[in-house]
Amino acid sequence: MSSDVRFIDFKSDKQPTWCPGCGDFGTMNGMMKALAETGNHPDDTFVVAGIGCSGKIGTYMHSYALHGVHGRALPVGIGAKLANPELEVMVAGGDGDGYSIGAGHFVHAVRRNVDMSYVVMDNRIYGLTKGQASPTSREDFETSTTPDGTNMPPVNPLALALSAGATFIAQSFSSDSQRHTEIVKEAVEHDGFGFVNVYSPCVTFNDVDTYDYFRDAVVDLDETDHDRHDKDAAREKVLDGDTEYTGVIYQEENSVPWEEREGLDENMAEIPDGAPEGAMDLVREFY
Amino acid sequence: MPEDLNWAIGGEAGDGIDSTGKIFAQALSRAGRHVYTSKDFASRIRGGYTAYKVRTSVDRVESVVDRLDILIALTQRTIDENTDELHEGSVIIYDGERTTMQDVEIPDEMIGLDVPLKSLAEDAGGAIMRNVVALGVACEVANFPIENLDSALEKRFADKGQAMVDNNCEAARLGQEYAAEEYDHEYDYDIETTDNDYVLLNGDQAIGMGAIAAGCRFYSGYPITPATDVMTYLTGRIDEFGGKVVQAEDELAAINLALGAARSGARAMTATSGPGIDLMTETFGLVATSETPLVICDVMRAGPSTGMPTKQEQGDLDMVLYGGHGEIDRFAVAPTNVAECFWKTVEAFNLAEKYQIPVFLVSDLSLAVTEQTFPPEAFDMDEVEIERGNIVDEDEIDSWLDEQGRFQPHFPSADGISPRAFPGTEDGAHMTTGLEHDALGRRTEDTDVRIEQVEKRQQKVETAKEREDWSYREFGDPDAETLVVSWGSNEGPLREALEYLDDRDIDARFISVPYLFPRPDLSEEIEAAETTIVVECNATGQFADVLEHDVLERVERINKYNGVRFKADELADEIEAVLSPQEVQA
Repeated sequence: MSSDVRFIDFKSDKQPTWCPGCGDFGTMNGMMKALAETGNHPDDTFVVAGIGCSGKIGTYMHSYALHGVHGRALPVGIGAKLANPELEVMVAGGDGDGYSIGAGHFVHAVRRNVDMSYVVMDNRIYGLTKGQASPTSREDFETSTTPDGTNMPPVNPLALALSAGATFIAQSFSSDSQRHTEIVKEAVEHDGFGFVNVYSPCVTFNDVDTYDYFRDAVVDLDETDHDRHDKDAAREKVLDGDTEYTGVIYQEENSVPWEEREGLDENMAEIPDGAPEGAMDLVREFY
Repeated sequence: MPEDLNWAIGGEAGDGIDSTGKIFAQALSRAGRHVYTSKDFASRIRGGYTAYKVRTSVDRVESVVDRLDILIALTQRTIDENTDELHEGSVIIYDGERTTMQDVEIPDEMIGLDVPLKSLAEDAGGAIMRNVVALGVACEVANFPIENLDSALEKRFADKGQAMVDNNCEAARLGQEYAAEEYDHEYDYDIETTDNDYVLLNGDQAIGMGAIAAGCRFYSGYPITPATDVMTYLTGRIDEFGGKVVQAEDELAAINLALGAARSGARAMTATSGPGIDLMTETFGLVATSETPLVICDVMRAGPSTGMPTKQEQGDLDMVLYGGHGEIDRFAVAPTNVAECFWKTVEAFNLAEKYQIPVFLVSDLSLAVTEQTFPPEAFDMDEVEIERGNIVDEDEIDSWLDEQGRFQPHFPSADGISPRAFPGTEDGAHMTTGLEHDALGRRTEDTDVRIEQVEKRQQKVETAKEREDWSYREFGDPDAETLVVSWGSNEGPLREALEYLDDRDIDARFISVPYLFPRPDLSEEIEAAETTIVVECNATGQFADVLEHDVLERVERINKYNGVRFKADELADEIEAVLSPQEVQA
């Protein structure tokens, strides 16, 4: 396939229906740029999304894509990648899709460390259903379903990932287009499960975790002396509830993707016209 | 009726009952005899009782019967559990020396053989071989050449070293010799051997083997009784053919992993039982509406909820036909014996890909745990045909692009079947979604497009109805006034029941239905019959309901829902009772 792919090639002709100003525009643009700049082609890329505002991404991007059921995008992406390891697989999710209904899959996808990327548009609110608490909403965040706040601590996806054995943990801010793109690019290039939690503000339903808030709050680890290969340093960062870090928080140096450990390198779509050679041995086993 | 022998070993779970039973079944199979096995997992008495039962004959056997000829009883409970099946002349082999069976009571008219199984096993090299000593005793009782047992022991223990094989063979001989020297009963049994070659396997293994034969390369699942054997069979073996088994974190993931692999173009499958089907239901609609070929195997067990996980039931029919919100296009096929588990699996993969649709492969516990003999030709791999449907590559894709050069994965063609392009195919990039979509796979709420896509998916089903063979399997007298209809695993016991009925001068036609949807139209057959009896292992008669709806006529029903599969002799009695209700009242 041609190597001069531009990010626009990953754009479909459908206009997004996200609210004007939604963080997801920036998040998606960064994803498309990252895919193009890492030399991928829409015809060799499989994008999976679940349900929620984030779920619409497959419609707005141009590639092979599946928009699945709520919370199950990761298993679909893993299945697609294992069946054809040549594919570039990117999974898009939201905080509800990934950390609430899909939390179980998140932990196990992290553990499995298949070579793919997972970009979560975290707006700390349920936007598509018009403003209910999400798993990353603050404890005192008042919504129509939590009038007195959630009275629960938010899920800490970075800490969850680290404790599940993640080999790549990053965070970005959708509004900082250049850094966001760089970070997603690193996730794509990582040999294993590249996880990026993206601060992607909801301008309609979240008046707390706003652009202004993040602009003031984020600390880019790239501008510090943080060592991304230092797990202890990563632990400190992900458990620091007072700072919104962006950048690559942790990366395992010698990550080997699961499919490589399992010796999977064939395209499973290719099969013979009849039973495979040697199949009769399976019958003889039962003598 | 087969000249059969019914043998069993029973004891506590953990006594090695299964593996011992399997060795004996293997020995019989290697001696050229047909075998049909079943398992008991406790019933009237609570506790860890378990038994492995073998029915064997030189003729085909496809059912269990209510009769037990030779029983190896490791516990008193084993005898108590089987009192109804034991009869005059039945032989009970037990160890009354250093066990809890010193005061065992052997029912009148039966022959008790008290053999120091444990001590003899120790003489051969270890008490752990006491069951094998008992097998040696059984060989003596049944006049079965012990060399056949050697061969089975060799197969079972080969990977543990020759010493292990030799010790076990010795243990069996000590048992045989003890029985020959200490007892001089005249036994009624004589196990004849033949030169026939048979293979011995269960339904789960046949499904796994069928999947490999059909080119399945991706299996994802979550362990659950009684479907786990499909997964353990495939593990390691599918790798030899370039495939992979992935153990998922739950059934939600299992079906979505398989869906992902199928989107990549792999023949993919998942297998589970009722509780897993409940979870997977979430994704049925997505599989169907994204037009992804997928084989979903339901090895049914007794429900609802956790139900009776080790017991038989055909209770998921409605779930398989109607499960999921909205109207979901799907096919459902139900193998009727262990060999058919293989062939229906192959067929399920072809149907799934040709019509880009989820296909349910509906098996059940009785098929899953039954080891059954077949000539190897019953699994002739040369007969396996792979039909993949409308897959397009780079060279063919142009004819499926719209005027703007976009691939149309849901193109509403006349037969309802659209093209498939796998990721990696140039110019084929497209999306698909669980939302209603247009031909390009993009979401829509346009009423005309909605109608077009719904009708397109329905058209596929109509096309399949026309193009494929959905016929039934027929046995008995085609002109009989009595029609017996059943589905799935009841075929074996019903075939034998027909023979018992024939002895009682009752003619019956038996239609065994392997296709649940689309299914054969039985209107003419049911109209032609005086009495139609629908036999199934559930309480409400789900298949009978479906047939009544199909043909607008009432049918008689025989239902069993105590968790135990139908037995041939029991079925003959029940059918007779339906046909002569007055006698039952008297």
